[in-house]
Order: sequence, then structure tokens, then C-alpha cells
Amino acid sequence: MSATLSTVAYVGATILFILSLGGLSNPETSRRGNLYGMIGMTIAVLATVLGPQVTKGGYAWILAALVVGAAIGVYAARTVKMTQMPELVALMHSLVGLAAVLIGYANYIDPAATGHLQGAEKTIHELEIYIGVLIGAVTFSGSIIAFGKLSAKIGGKPVLLPGRHWINLAGLLVVIYCGGWFIHSASVDEGMKPLAIMTVIALLFGVHMVMAIGGADMPVVVSMLNSYSGWAAAATGFMLSNDLLIVTGALVGSSGAILSYIMCRAMNRNFVSVIAGGFGTGGGAAAASSGAAPAGEVNPISAAETAELLRTAGSVIIVPGYGMAVAQAQHTVYEITKLLRDKGVNVRFGIHPVAGRMPGHMNVLLAEAKVPYDIVLEMDEINGDFPDTDVAMVIGANDIVNPAAQDDPSSPIAGMPVLEVWKAKTAIVMKRSMATGYAGVDNPLFYKDNTRMLFGDAKASVDALLQALAA
Amino acid sequence: MSQLIAVPRETAPDEKRVATVPEVVEKLAKLGFRVAVQSGAGEAANFSDDSYRAAGAQIVSDPWADADIIFKVRAPTADEVGRLRAGQVLVSFIWPAQNPDLMQSLAARKVTVLAIDSLPRTLSRAQKMDALTSMASISGYRAVIEAANAFGRFFSGQVTAAGKVPPAKVFVAGAGVAGLAAIGTAVGLGAIVRANDTRAEVADQVKSLGGEFVKVEYEEEGSGGGGYAKVMSEGFQKAQREMYAKQAKDADIIITTALIPGRPAPRLITADMVKSMKPGSVIVDMAGEQGGNCELTEPGKAVVKHGVTIIGYTDLASRLAKQSSTLYATNLFRLTEELCKKKDGIVDVNMEDEAIRGLTVIKDGTVTWPPPPPKVAPPKPPAKPAAPPAPKGHGEPSAPASAKATAIAFLAGAILFWVIGAYAPAAFIGHFTVFVLACFVGYMVIWNVTPALHTPLMSVTNAISSIIAIGALVQLAPPLPENASEAAGRPEAWIIGLAVVSIALVAINMFGGFAVTQRMLQMFRK
Repeated sequence: MSATLSTVAYVGATILFILSLGGLSNPETSRRGNLYGMIGMTIAVLATVLGPQVTKGGYAWILAALVVGAAIGVYAARTVKMTQMPELVALMHSLVGLAAVLIGYANYIDPAATGHLQGAEKTIHELEIYIGVLIGAVTFSGSIIAFGKLSAKIGGKPVLLPGRHWINLAGLLVVIYCGGWFIHSASVDEGMKPLAIMTVIALLFGVHMVMAIGGADMPVVVSMLNSYSGWAAAATGFMLSNDLLIVTGALVGSSGAILSYIMCRAMNRNFVSVIAGGFGTGGGAAAASSGAAPAGEVNPISAAETAELLRTAGSVIIVPGYGMAVAQAQHTVYEITKLLRDKGVNVRFGIHPVAGRMPGHMNVLLAEAKVPYDIVLEMDEINGDFPDTDVAMVIGANDIVNPAAQDDPSSPIAGMPVLEVWKAKTAIVMKRSMATGYAGVDNPLFYKDNTRMLFGDAKASVDALLQALAA
Repeated sequence: MSQLIAVPRETAPDEKRVATVPEVVEKLAKLGFRVAVQSGAGEAANFSDDSYRAAGAQIVSDPWADADIIFKVRAPTADEVGRLRAGQVLVSFIWPAQNPDLMQSLAARKVTVLAIDSLPRTLSRAQKMDALTSMASISGYRAVIEAANAFGRFFSGQVTAAGKVPPAKVFVAGAGVAGLAAIGTAVGLGAIVRANDTRAEVADQVKSLGGEFVKVEYEEEGSGGGGYAKVMSEGFQKAQREMYAKQAKDADIIITTALIPGRPAPRLITADMVKSMKPGSVIVDMAGEQGGNCELTEPGKAVVKHGVTIIGYTDLASRLAKQSSTLYATNLFRLTEELCKKKDGIVDVNMEDEAIRGLTVIKDGTVTWPPPPPKVAPPKPPAKPAAPPAPKGHGEPSAPASAKATAIAFLAGAILFWVIGAYAPAAFIGHFTVFVLACFVGYMVIWNVTPALHTPLMSVTNAISSIIAIGALVQLAPPLPENASEAAGRPEAWIIGLAVVSIALVAINMFGGFAVTQRMLQMFRK
């Protein structure tokens, strides 16, 4: 395949990737969008392998590596539970990050790639390697920590080192210093040292950054890492002078950044403050000092009573949260929904943009349980309907239904848009205990007169509820 | 030693209720109390001595002597007051405002008296103890049943073989607890129900029960605090009378529940209005005890005047003795829980507790009624501080940035571009152009994605970021330049190793990412 042909193939692949992202904007076209992505990727890989830049000697290696990787990847994709999606995505980001690091190193030690460059071109090329490795390393270690946090292998609480901003700043200075050293080093062996130092610092920085971010901000982190993996690809593209990599990396990078921005806005939080971490700790102190601990009494309710309430209700809004995901309760929730809808009850779902641990997490779980997506509504669409709703049922959610976000300016989550379940005639909250949510904020909702608490594991509760309803 | 709760038989004529029921006796025992019930106390409410005994109560002939706590329904008679001894706790309806003499004689006995009618009803915590509410809702129900009994027709409209039956028209005056219960019951029987209340905020409650709210055409708010109504102005009352006169002509059944605390019941239905009603109509006056809302009501009796049956029973709740006893007993049990937080069978009248403070009208012989005004929480500043910026659904155009911010952003961009343009090599500029444009394309494409698809989107972009594999592919086995000096010293093994590992890692992501996205998207269905 000639160079021009492979370039044209790259343009085709680029168009397909853009169509793929565009297709994902609507459930109707989303499957086609994914298909475009697959075709685009196939074209890109084939054009590269068959193009002028790869000689026949590499085919065996490439095939072997692809087969091994594909086997693992497809197996993981087939077996992963939908509730574990955030972990899987985070883990996959780390692979892209690691690959970017390895490719950067390989490129640096390859005299065929660097030997002929002189002057500004050489400097820029080395800078590209340096930045590519830097982003790749941060993505890698950050994603690993995110994976650990999401799969509860690491505690969800933010870990805050004293003077963490100074540590980050010192790290940045060392990275810049090493950058200068790296660019000015005469030989590959000499340049290896600053590159290695920088890699270690970048890895530590990735760990430190994600460790300091609380579990509630995980959706932002996951989409941010998604963005990083795109930038890493774009940096690699600059390094290799490959436009396809640059374009695709930029697409992924900007889409991840926009998702992060949407998530941040959904929590009414500043992107920088999320990345700087510390949600729920500084805020916890503020909550304590305000002394406005919600007082009052909690009204428990039994599953049988809940069933009675639901059966006589005209309209019901279900608000799922991470607790539903953890308990794998989505299928039973759908059974309940079906039963109620058959009885003529108008059941809908209200989804908060940051419910769960990943953007759109709840939608995926409900889709898995075969809930039709046209009764699954966004916060903005459904918030106005709560006053006309008989029962709002909150399953394993906490911060996203916390009225303190609107009423209490001193609350750490003040200003975060929330689902106004308390405006329904009755709000039923299914919860394991009175523990606070990820933000560590007490929830005045539980003490409201029209709130009833159904304590217990979400799965056990919805099972009991289904039985009571079916009876 | 745990304390003894005693439940005497009610002595008032026609009082069928009893202050505890077997079911509640068990619960009281769980709190650590012993319970003694006077023989025959529950008979009129269909609770036999045996059922109390089975629940763990002692059956005694004289409950007064040994008791530490006495549960009653009606305020004690002079004879009963005489049997109290110092230190005992009496829980019952007292109506301290209406019965000053009773209060004096109770205080003289050096007892503690909790008047269940003096509960601060606006405390949400107190609702479970609110016997007024539970009794009122039973009375409201019963009022409709009494009306139906006296009314000569169906409530629901029907079309029968013998002809069409129009539905009964019920008008409820006063939509408090009793009024709302009456509305609900009458709607349930199929009647057309209209209701009025001076408090405009209850209109929604009336509608929620299926009733129609009839407004008085006069602007005045009738909420008198604490959930009660107040006395209205002359102009309002005139408008109200006109409205009532109109309703009286139209309605088959009128149920009146209008009460203002501490005052005689307002006269809503005049003799003329009664005359204007259709013969066979029914009026149930639930305010009979306070003189009645209807001019012709005879408290405690049902009379027929001008062809209209006027029911002025004052014991409506007692007429549903089993139900009202059970609810009352539960209210008292909830109160006992509050009095005995330690569950050790000893009551503690904690005057710091706002609900208990309100209930306690006599404490160890000292009159503590009326209670100090409830601590009102400092009103929240009405203006919401720092109202959060209205969250925009994304996909909507965001507000244009301020001119200054835009100018600064453009300036910074211009400087950055100038630096790049001045120093970067030509090849870089080409890539840079592509990069910047791609960022914008990404922005435009992603901005409209529905939140429901955020996870698949992330997963597909993640899969697409596997494009980085190309970087590894081109390194694996590039066509080496002829110039041997450059190719010399190429650490072949290292590069191949790094590239192969990279390709394998990225392949996991590539195949896994697309596969999992496909799996997810297949689940989205309408």
C-alpha cells in the first residue's frame, strides 16, 4: 500500500471516528456509532500495518500481540458485570497510559526515529516524547488508583498528605528541570536519566492526585482520565508526526474534558477544585461548625407498607443511586416497575448526572435490566414533576437527593443541583443505615415529615417489596 | 420496681371508648410497665377482660389505689379526682381552658397531669401522639355514616332498571382533620363533595381527596397559627354567609366541622338556610359540643326541623369505639415511649422536651398551663443566599462570556499562536492545525450527547484511544534507512519488546472497549 493510499485511509478512519462519537449522542443511532468506531479502527490498523511504515518482518509480532490482547479484552468485556463498568473503564485507561509511556521510550531509544533530526525540530521532537511519557505515566498510575478505589480495593476516602499542593508544585518544578536536562542531553544514555526521574515523578503524581479525590468525585475522575488517555495519544501522534493519532487523540481528549466539565457542573463544583481534591474533608469541618445538624426523627416503614403505598399511588418516581448498583438490585427494581405499570401506575426514573461512580452509570444498569429508556429521565426533565408525584422512591442514593444542597449555604454540597424528592407527597428512602453518603454530609431529607425510611440492603428491600406487591 | 399503668372503666354516660387495648398492653409491657385494667373497662368497645388478660394485663376491680400512672379517655369526674393520690400521673383529655375548676381540684391532689389535648400539634415529632387528630378523623368518618343513615337516598349516582339515581351532594364546612376525613369518606361512597375552609392552603388537600373547594369571594387569609382557623372580619363573614346560603339550597347533606380554639363554634348555618334545604336533607353538626355551627342544632341529639334531620351528636368517635380505642391507645403508647426513653418501666416527665412540656398541664400539684410559647425557630432569611446558577441542560447554548473575558482569552490565544508560529518548524505547524481543529470537532460532537449515554460514550472513546496502537505499530519494524550509521546501534530487541507489549496492552483496550460498548448499547431499548 502506498503512502498516499494509507494517508487517505487515515482520513477515512478519522471521519468514521467522528461519526462514531456523533452516533453515540442518541440511543437510536448509538449502535451504528459503535460500529463506525470498529470499522474506523480496523481501517486505521490495516492501513498502518500494510502501509509503508511497517515491513513484513513485523507481521508475526503484530499478529501475536493483537491476538493475545484481543483474547483478554474480549473475555473481560464479555464477563464484566455492568456494575463493574467503572472499574473496567478505569483499568482500560491505564493500559492506554502505559502504552503511551512504552511507545515514548521506544521512540527515544530508536535512532532511526530521532537520529536525523536537528535544531528546533529535535528539541520539539524530544519535548513531544517527554510530554507523551509524562501524560501517559500520569494516566497509567492515576487510572490504577481509580480502579482500586472504584473496586473498593482502596478506601474511597480522600487521602490528603500535608502540604499536598506544595508536593505537587515541587514535583512540577522537578519535571520542568528534568525537561531542560533531557532536551539538552547529548546522548540517549544521558537523556535516559532525566526521562526516568520524570517518569517516576509522574507516576507518583498520578497516584497522589487520584488518592486525594473523594469517592463522590469519581465520575469526574474517570472522565478526566479518559480525557488524559486521549491527550496521551495526541502527544504520541506529535512525536511520530502521525495526523491520525493527533486527530483521534484530540477527539478523545476533548470529549473526555467536556464530560468532566458536564459532571462538574452537575455537582456545581469547579473543575480545578475537584482535581485539587479534598472534597468532604474541608466541607466536613464546615458542616460541623455550622452546627446545623438536622434534628428530628426518622420514620421507618416496612416493605409491606411501602407496597401498599405504591399500589395506591398514581405516579411514582424512582431515584436510583450507587446503593442499587452495589446491591445488583436493578433487575428487581424493573420487576417492580413492570408490576406497577401493569396496574396503571405511572412509574418513571429520575437520574442525577453523577449518580453512581461513572457518568451515565445508572442508565447502563437500568438498560441492562431492560428498563425502556424513554421512562428514564434526566434530573432537569423530571425535577419539576416531583410536586405532582405521589411517591418518590430513593434506592441507595444519598447526596444527590440532599435538600441541604439548596437550603444550607454552609453545606459542603451547597449549590449542587439535586433531585427534589422531598417535594413528592411521600419520599421513601431505601438505605442500609443512617450513614452519610460519599460526601460525608448528613442528609436532612431523612428527617422530613413526608419521608419514610426503609432500612436494609437495597437488594433485600426491593425483593421484599416485590413479594409484597405481587402478593 | 417497674411502674403500674392502670386503666379505669370510663364513667361518662355513652362513653364507649377505653384508654388501652390488648394489643397495646403487650407493647407497654415491652417498655417495662405493668398494666392493670379495671374489669369490664373494654366491654363497650368489644374488648373482653379475657383478651386483656391474655395480653398480660391484670384485671382489677379498683384500678386507682395502686396505680402509678392512670390512662383515661374523658377528663376525670369529681369522684375520680377524689381517688387520685399525690405523685400519680394522669393521662387523659382535660381541656384545661374550658375546665378551670377541674384544674384546681387536680392541682390540689398533688398529681401530675398530662392533657393529651394540649399537645403542641405543630411539632412533627408529636404527630404520632396526636389523639385529637386520630379522634377527629374517626368522627369525620362517622359523621358521613350518620348522615347516610339518616339520608333517604343513595350516595352514588346510579342508573338502575328502575330509573336514574342522582348522586348525593355533600357540602363540608371546615376542612380540618375531621372535615378531610368526611370528604374522603363521602367521596368514597360516591357523593359529589364540595368543601370550604377559611384557610386557603387546605384547598389542595380538599382536591387531593376528590372534593371540590368552594371559595368565599373575599380576600382574607384565615390561618390563625398552629394550624387552626381564626375569627374572620365582618365583610368576609357576610360573603361567607351568602356562599353558605347558596350551598344550602343545593346540597343534600351538610357536614359542619368549623371550630375556633377557645371560642364558641361559629354560626354558619342559620334557621333560614335550613328552611331553604330540600326536605329529607341532613345536617351533621360536629361542633355540637361547642354550641354547634347550625342555629337549630341540639347538642347530643338528632332532631328533625323543617324537614331536615339535624344531627348534633357529641360522641361520634365513641360510636366507633373499637377503632377509636385502638388509635387512642396507640397514641398513648407513643407518648409513653417518649416518657420512658430508657424502656425501664419508669416514666420521666422531662420538662425540657417541648412536646412533653406542652402536654404537662399540672406537674406535681403545680399548674404549668398554659405552656410558654413554643420556641420558634428563627425564620430562615427568605432571600436564598447565593442562588446557584440555574443549571443549564447541556446542549443548550451557554450564555455568551463577558466581553472582557473574551478579549483576554483571545489575546492569550493570539500570543500563544504567535509564539508557536514564530519558532515552530513547518512540519509541526501542520500537525498543530490538525490538532486544534480536532479539539473543536470533539467539542461540537460531544456537546449534544444525552447523559444516558455517557457511559457508552466514555467506553467508546476509550476504545478509540486505542489508536495509540499505531504508534507502536510503526515502531515495531520500520523500513530502516539506507544510511547505516543512523540505523547502527538501534537496540532492536528493546524496541521490539516495548512495541509488542504496547500493542498487546492496547489490543486489550481496543477489542475489550468496543465489545463492552456493544454489549452496553444492545441493552438500551425503548
